[in-house]
Amino acid sequence: MATAPSPDSRDHPPAVVAVKERTEHPHAPDHPVDVAHAVPVRHPLRWLSVVVLAVLAAQLGHFLITNPNFEWGTVGAYFGAQVFGQGIATTVELTVVAMAIGTVGGVFVAVGRMSENRVLSTVCGAYVWFFRGIPVLVQLIFWYNLSALLPRISFGIPFGPEFISAETNTLISPWFAAILGLGLNEAAYMAEIVRGGLLGVDHGQTEAASALGMGRARILRRIVLPQAMRFIVPPTGSQVINMLKATSLVSVIALADLLYTAQSIYNRTFETIPLLVVACLWYLVMTSVLYVGQSFIERYYARGSSRNSPQSFWDFALFRRRTTRKAGPEPVSETPS
Amino acid sequence: MTTMTTKATDPATTWPMVRAHQVHKRFGHVEVLKGIDLEVHSGEVVVLLGPSGSGKSTFLRCVNNLERIDSGSVHVEGELIGFRRAGSRVHHLRPREATRQRRDIGMVFQHFNLFPHQTVLGNVMEAPVGVLGMPKAKARETALRLLEQVGLAEKADAYPRQLSGGQQQRVAIARALAMRPKLMLFDEPTSALDPELVGEVLATMRDLARAGLTMLVVTHEIGFAREVADRVVFMDDGRIVESGTPEEVLDNPANPRTRAFLSRFL
Repeated sequence: MATAPSPDSRDHPPAVVAVKERTEHPHAPDHPVDVAHAVPVRHPLRWLSVVVLAVLAAQLGHFLITNPNFEWGTVGAYFGAQVFGQGIATTVELTVVAMAIGTVGGVFVAVGRMSENRVLSTVCGAYVWFFRGIPVLVQLIFWYNLSALLPRISFGIPFGPEFISAETNTLISPWFAAILGLGLNEAAYMAEIVRGGLLGVDHGQTEAASALGMGRARILRRIVLPQAMRFIVPPTGSQVINMLKATSLVSVIALADLLYTAQSIYNRTFETIPLLVVACLWYLVMTSVLYVGQSFIERYYARGSSRNSPQSFWDFALFRRRTTRKAGPEPVSETPS
Repeated sequence: MTTMTTKATDPATTWPMVRAHQVHKRFGHVEVLKGIDLEVHSGEVVVLLGPSGSGKSTFLRCVNNLERIDSGSVHVEGELIGFRRAGSRVHHLRPREATRQRRDIGMVFQHFNLFPHQTVLGNVMEAPVGVLGMPKAKARETALRLLEQVGLAEKADAYPRQLSGGQQQRVAIARALAMRPKLMLFDEPTSALDPELVGEVLATMRDLARAGLTMLVVTHEIGFAREVADRVVFMDDGRIVESGTPEEVLDNPANPRTRAFLSRFL
């Protein structure tokens, strides 16, 4: 290295500094450095945490295996039992129907809230306020006891003649009460999710579609909702999982879902813990399936949102690497003339 | 009154493509348009120039009723936009009728506003299939021909985000053309583009102008105005300040405000 003193050199005599650096630092500028074999930073705390967690895991394993109160044999015997099949069917049925009501209702309430009609938007806002403000357990019990408030339910012209009329107790079965409670409550939550999604879509999309002569309903269905789905699907996935778990509340109105089935058996046999473990395992199985399903749906609605084309279903299912569609280099002379 | 016929078929009056009469528009307390009078004739290319905030874009959006005007009137081919005459009274159009009027007026936006969840082909086919009820095969054929015309046939299956800004804007032009508009509105079509991408969009627009399409263009591209426009209209503070051929307005501006504006581009 030429060490000729430059005009702006500092106070130290430059020649001395250069010699010192060369002897103390083997990687002077004329010795190129290769970082390929650099020593990584050590993380002793990470190793400590691994050790702590390993000890805790071993403790948990030991507890699960050696504690006789789990009665793993009983758990195994009940896990595949047919009674649970019916309970699971009821749980799934309630989840699907209540979510369907909640989603469809939620879209209507959300669109209503965003309406220019003040009365409609206020009513829809009040709906959300009311049903989100009362615990769903209270709502379930309320619907179940509706007959105490309204002994008969009838349909007809308001303040006029009745067409159909029925005893509330025959109409509102525990199943129907559960569906009403869970579905109407869900609609309020879904309305907020859908509204958030609709507001998340750039207003330019609506303008462009209007300029093409598309009507409001078509714009909502073809342009805004499909794009809002990207914002709506992830929270809706958690809502489905929450709903699956919330269905366990219907056990208080004597509806034979998964939890109620477990309870009704252990009330007879006093095998409380093993049966609760069976219920836990089944809930975990069902929520795990939902997690996987949710990721498929998210993938589908993410199409067009990034420069990469979406991964196909089979690539995902078979753990294949993402097949990125190459757009290729831009032709230089593609400007029409 | 039978003498009040306003249809373009009336032999007594031949309507221009666009006739704006004393158009006023305010947003809250701000009056954005203070009485715009403008005619655009069939086949004409009119470029609206002016500083930002002068009301050019707002006026453009009033022509296809994306903004509702407060007073005055806009006619497109003799059809009153956004309102309906019934005897001596004027009624607001129902949303369905207003929607119908927009079918024949194409619009291209500053930020393209392509539908990101649809392919390029899907974007161009959406309105002909959904609004006009065109069979899908025919719409596809038309769409591919239009994409060919804007030089993007090979991008038909790409999604908008995989395209450059200039390509997206050309797709947006093809999408608007797919409705066979009698009038095209361009709202600063090159303002969101990188400088090297402006040329391809302007070239596409120049082709359309040569093909005889009636165009109303808001832009800051003085060169485009000079070359393509039949008439240049200069707007400032919600009013039309000056109007004439490109030579008149751009080379010998009579109004000091026009001169001040143009001097910034030299």
